[in-house]
Amino acid sequence: MTATISTAQFVNIGERTNVTGSARFKKLIMAGDYPAAVEVARQQVESGAQVLDVNMDEGLLDAEYAMTTFLKLIAAEPDIARIPFMVDSSKWSVIEAGLKCVSGKPIVNSISMKEGEDQFLAQARKVMNYGAAVVVMAFDTVGQADTRARKLEICGRAYDLLMGIGFPPEDIIFDPNIFAVATGIEEHNNYAVDFIEACRDIKARCPHAHISGGLSNLSFSFRGNEPVRRAMHSVFLYYAIPAGLDMAIVNAGQLDIYDAIDPKLRQACEDVILNSDEGATERLIAMAESFKGTDAVAEKAAAEWRSLDVGKRLEYALVKGIDAHVVEDTEECRQLFARPIEVIEGPLMDGMNVVGDLFGSGKMFLPQVVKSARVMKKAVAHLLPFIEAAKEPGARGKGKIIMATVKGDVHDIGKNIVGVVLQCNGFDVVDMGVMVPWSDILKSAKENDADMIGLSGLITPSLDEMVTVAEEMKRAGMTMPLLIGGATTSKVHTALRIAPAYDGPVVHVLDASRAVGVASTLVSDTIRDDFVQKTADEYEAVRIARANKGQSELIPIEAARANAFPADMALKPDAPKQPGVHVFEDWDLADLRELIDWTPFFRAWELAGNYPAILTDAVVGESATSLFADAQKMLDQIIAEKWLTAKGVAGLWPCHRDGDDVYIYTSHADAQRSPDGASFPADLHTPNLDRTHEASVRMPFLRQQIAKREGRANMCLADFIDPAGDWIGGFAVTAGHGIDAHLARFKADNDDYSDILLKALADRLAEAFAERLHQYVRTTLWGYAEGEQLTNEALIREQYRGIRPAPGYPACPDHSEKPMLFELLGATDATGITLTESFAMLPTAAVSGFYFGHPQAEYFGVARVGPDQLEEYATRRGVDLATATRWLRPNLD
Amino acid sequence: MTTRQTFLAEAAKRILITDGAFGTEIQNWKLSEADYAGDLGLAKDQKGNNDILALTKPEVPEAIHRAYFEAGADIAETNTFSANRISQADYAAEHLVREINVESAKLARRLADEFQAKDGRPRFVAGAVGPTNKTLSLSPDVNDPGFREIDFDYLKDVYREQVDALLEGGADFILIETVFDTLNAKAGIMAVLEAAEALGRDVPIMLSMTLTDLSGRNLSGHTVEAFWHAVRHAKPVTIGLNCSFGAEQLRPHVRTLSGICDTLIMVYPNAGLPNELGEYDEQPSTTAGLVREWAANAQVNVLGGCCGSTPAHIAAIAKAVGGLTPRALPVPPVVTRLAGLEPMTMAA
Repeated sequence: MTATISTAQFVNIGERTNVTGSARFKKLIMAGDYPAAVEVARQQVESGAQVLDVNMDEGLLDAEYAMTTFLKLIAAEPDIARIPFMVDSSKWSVIEAGLKCVSGKPIVNSISMKEGEDQFLAQARKVMNYGAAVVVMAFDTVGQADTRARKLEICGRAYDLLMGIGFPPEDIIFDPNIFAVATGIEEHNNYAVDFIEACRDIKARCPHAHISGGLSNLSFSFRGNEPVRRAMHSVFLYYAIPAGLDMAIVNAGQLDIYDAIDPKLRQACEDVILNSDEGATERLIAMAESFKGTDAVAEKAAAEWRSLDVGKRLEYALVKGIDAHVVEDTEECRQLFARPIEVIEGPLMDGMNVVGDLFGSGKMFLPQVVKSARVMKKAVAHLLPFIEAAKEPGARGKGKIIMATVKGDVHDIGKNIVGVVLQCNGFDVVDMGVMVPWSDILKSAKENDADMIGLSGLITPSLDEMVTVAEEMKRAGMTMPLLIGGATTSKVHTALRIAPAYDGPVVHVLDASRAVGVASTLVSDTIRDDFVQKTADEYEAVRIARANKGQSELIPIEAARANAFPADMALKPDAPKQPGVHVFEDWDLADLRELIDWTPFFRAWELAGNYPAILTDAVVGESATSLFADAQKMLDQIIAEKWLTAKGVAGLWPCHRDGDDVYIYTSHADAQRSPDGASFPADLHTPNLDRTHEASVRMPFLRQQIAKREGRANMCLADFIDPAGDWIGGFAVTAGHGIDAHLARFKADNDDYSDILLKALADRLAEAFAERLHQYVRTTLWGYAEGEQLTNEALIREQYRGIRPAPGYPACPDHSEKPMLFELLGATDATGITLTESFAMLPTAAVSGFYFGHPQAEYFGVARVGPDQLEEYATRRGVDLATATRWLRPNLD
Repeated sequence: MTTRQTFLAEAAKRILITDGAFGTEIQNWKLSEADYAGDLGLAKDQKGNNDILALTKPEVPEAIHRAYFEAGADIAETNTFSANRISQADYAAEHLVREINVESAKLARRLADEFQAKDGRPRFVAGAVGPTNKTLSLSPDVNDPGFREIDFDYLKDVYREQVDALLEGGADFILIETVFDTLNAKAGIMAVLEAAEALGRDVPIMLSMTLTDLSGRNLSGHTVEAFWHAVRHAKPVTIGLNCSFGAEQLRPHVRTLSGICDTLIMVYPNAGLPNELGEYDEQPSTTAGLVREWAANAQVNVLGGCCGSTPAHIAAIAKAVGGLTPRALPVPPVVTRLAGLEPMTMAA
C-alpha cells in the first residue's frame, strides 16, 4: 500500500486509526486491545501517511479516555510520533483532551460555526494557544454548506473572523464538505462539481489557507464495491487537486492510479463526478456490478536464449537488459548454490563484470548499462530476503558511497545515473534521494561506515550548499573523499570554493563515465595517494591561475549603464492582442511531442552527437537508436494513457523601464485571466477576478560589467524595454504532473532505466511546451508575429523574434527572481509548480521565464558582477547584502 | 515603548549578553544547612534548595547578580529555576513558591534598575522557569508506556502560580528554559498566555531548549526544527538553546535555528563538558572564542552561559562579541509548519 496519488503539495492523511473509518480499528479499541491498535498506527506511517488522523467518536466508547490513552501510547513510539497527528472529533471536549497529550504541532479536526460565531472564536483561540493548526468545517447555524456559493460564503466568513483574532492564515484548513454523489437523488448530482469549484473560489478568497476533505463520503452509494469506489476517489482527486485540494483523509490503499483505471469505468466515474448529463448515475450503476473483482495477467513467450544454462541466461539477461525472467532464473540459480549470497558473488557479478568491461571499453553505453542495472537490482531484490533469513552479512563490495542531491535541490537524473553505474561496477551505493540536509548526509556516512560521499545538484544555489556540506564534514573531523557532480558544478568552483573548505580529498567528477574510475582509484591501496595528490595539485594550480589571471577588468556599474544597449524603440512590438494572464490546464502532449529537441535528450544519457545524425553514428549509433526506440515507445504510452499532464501559464503586462529595473503593472490586466486552451471542462474553470495586486512590481535585472571593446554594449535585459512604456511577458510550464505515480511504480519495480527515461522525457516535454507556448504568444496572445511560419526545426533553433530568458540562467542569473515571477503569474495556483527554498521548481520537469518581444532582444551572459552592482542590487531588491551575496554568489569574484 | 519593543531595539544595535550559572556560583559560597534554612522552620533539610536563598540569604543571589551585571550582562535571569510547586515539594516548601518568586524577581529588578541608572543602558529581568522534574510526554514506568505522573492542566497551574509571582515581582520576560520536554514547554506557554490575558498586557516569552543527544533532539525526541514549529505560536521574543553540552556541540543546531526562526536567537551553553569529577574546566577565553564564531557568522542575538560558567566567562564573551553585528531576522515564507518529533512543512 503506497500513496498512489501524490503531487508535490498533496498530503496523505492516514485514516486507519479512525473508529468511524476502520471497522478493524474500532474493534481493537472497543476490546481495549491498545497494543494492536498502536500497530495499526505504525503501519499507517510505514505506508506513507504524512499526518496521522486519530478519531474515537463512537457512541459506546468513552471517547476522551480512548483518545488520550491512545495518543499517549503512540507518543511513546518514535517511529509513529515522528509525524504530526490530527486530533479528530466532533466533540470539542475530546479535542481539547487530546491536545493536552500531543507535543509537536498537531492539526485539530475540526471546529465550525455550527453553534455560532462566539463559540467558534473561543475554540479557535484555544487552538491557537495550544499551538495547533485547525480544520474548519463549512458549517454554520443554518447547516452544512452544500452549494458552491454557500461553501465560499461560510469559508470566507470564517476566514475573516479568524484573521480578526490573529489566527495564522497558513494554519487554517477548510473542509468544504465532500458529499455522496450518484445517490439517485437529483439534487445530489452536482455535489462533486460544487466542491471542486468551491476549492478554486476559496483558494482565491483566502490566501495561504488549505483545503481538505473526507473522501469516503463521495462513493457512499457503492458500499461493498471497492473497485468502483477506488476509481471514483481517484477520478475525484484528479480534478480536485488541481483545483486546490491540498490534503485528504484517505486510505492510500483505496486509490487507483488514474491512468490504470479501466477507461470505460473511468469515463463513467468522470461523468458522475463532473455531472455531465442526467444519465451518468444510471450508467455507472449499470456498469458497477461487472467491475466487482477484476484482474488480468499477461504471459510472454520465451525466446531462444531461454534454452541456455541458467548462468548463461543470467549473463545474457544482464548484458541485454532483459528483466522478464530474471526472478525465476535467479530462483533457479539459488537452488544450485549452498548460500544465496553466492548467486550474487557468482553468476550475477560475472554478468555485471561483462557489462562493466563492455562499458569500460566503450562497447556499451549508458542507457544499456542502466537497463542492465535494472535486471541486477531485481535479482538482488529477490535474493535479499533469503540472505537476511540466513543472517549472513552481505558481502562488502568495492566500497560504500553515500550519494545525495543537496538540500534545496530536487534534480536527480544525473545522480541516479551515476549511482547505477557505480552499482554496476560493484560499489555499494546508499542513495539518500533529493533535498538532503547536510546533517543527514554526515550521519548516514558515519552509520554506513562509508568510503566516500558523492554530492549532486543542478541549480546554482546548490553550489553554496555543497560548500556547507564540505565545511560540516571538516567540522566533524571527517577525511573521506568528497565527490562533486551535477550540471552547474565545475572543476573551477570545486577548486576555488569546495576543496579549501574540507581537509579530505575533493574531486569534481565531470560525468558518469568518470565516476567509476575516480571511485575505484579512491578505494585502491596503491594508486589512491598519488591520485589525491595529483588532484590537489591540479586544484591548487587552478587557484593560482585564477589569482594571477588578473581577470578581465570590471568597469563601475555607472559606466556600464552608460554603455547600455541602445535598442531602437521605434521597433518595439505593439501592445498584445490579449493581455493578462492565460492559464492552460492541459496542453495536448501529442502536440508537444513534435517539438521535442532530441539532442539534449541524448546528452543526458552521455551519448555525444546531434540528432538525427546520432542515430547513424558509427560509434554510438546503435545505442542511440535503441534508446530512441524505447523513448518513442514510452512517449506513445505517456500520451495514450495520459501519464503526464502539461499545465502552463503565460502573462503579458504593461511595463516601463527605469534604469535597470522594469516596473510591471498587473492590476488591470489580471482581470483578463482566461481559460483559453484548456481541455478542462469549461464550466470548471472560471476567470479569476478576485486577485488583487499592488499597482506595480519592480523587477530588477543585472547588467554586464566586464569591460567591452568599442562598439559592444554592456547588456542588461532592461535595455529591451522602453522607458516610455512597453510590454513584458512571463510564463511557467510543467509537464511533470502525474509523474510521481509512475516513478513510484518503477522504483517499486527496481526499474531505474524507465525511471530515468521518464524523467528525461518529461524534461523534454516541458522544454517543448515552453517552445510551443512561446510560439502561441508570438502569433496569437501578443500577436506581434502573426504571420510567423516556422518549421519545428526552425523553432528548435529559435529562429524567431523575441527571447524568453529564465531566472537562474545567464541573462538573468538570479534564481531568487522566480518567486516574483510566480507571484505575477499566480503560477503555483495555475500550474501546481512550487519552489523549494533554493528556488528549484517542483515538479522538476518545468520551465519558467520572461518574454521580451523587441526584435533586437538577444540572449547574453551577465557573467561577473562587481561589488558596486551587488550593493545596489541588494537595495533594489530590498534585502541585506548577505542575502544578495548568497543569491549572486556564482557571479561574484 | 513596550518592553518587547525596547528589547528588540537594543538587540538591533548589538549582541546582547545574558548572565551565567547560578548553581555553580552558589557552591563557591560553601553555605551550610543553617544558611539555607534560615528561620523558616521547614520540615525538611534545605541544603541545595538554591531558590530559597531569596528568603533566607538574599545577599548571595544579590552578589551573583551584581557580579554578572558588572561583567557586562544586559539580562538577569532570576534565581527561580526550581521555584515551582512540584520541585519545592521535595523541600516541603511548596507553600513558599509565590514568596520565593516575588522576592527573587524584586531582587533582580532592583539590581537591573540600579545598573541601568548608572549608565543609561537598558537592563532586563527574565523570570526563569525550569522544566520541573516531571514530564508530560514520557512514562516513568517502562512497563506502562501510556502512564503519566502528571497531566497538562496540573502542570499549567503549577507554572501559572510561578509566572504570576515572577510578574508581580517585576520580571520583564518569562524565560521557559532547559526545555527537555516540548509538551511541558507548551503547558508553560499556555500558563503565560493566560497570565498575560488576565493582566491585559503583553508578556514576552523566551524559550530555550536543551538537547540530550548530539543529533539535536531533546528528551521528548523533538528536533530543534520540530521544536520551533511546536512553539512558534508563543511568538517568543527569543528562542534558542541552553545547558546541553558545550558550545562546540551546539554549533550545528544553533546554525539550524538561526536560519529558520523569525525571532531573536539566544544561546547560553555550558562551559564545555564536565570532567570525570563533574567539574567544568573550560576557560573563559575558550568559551568566548567558540560563541564568538556564531556571532561572527551572524547566527545569534543574545549570548550567555549555563552550568559551569562564571562572571569571568560572561565578561570574556561580552568582550569577544562587542562591536559585532547582530543577526538580522530572516523572513521565512508563509507555509504551514506542523511537527511530530520531526518537522513537516506543507507547501504553500
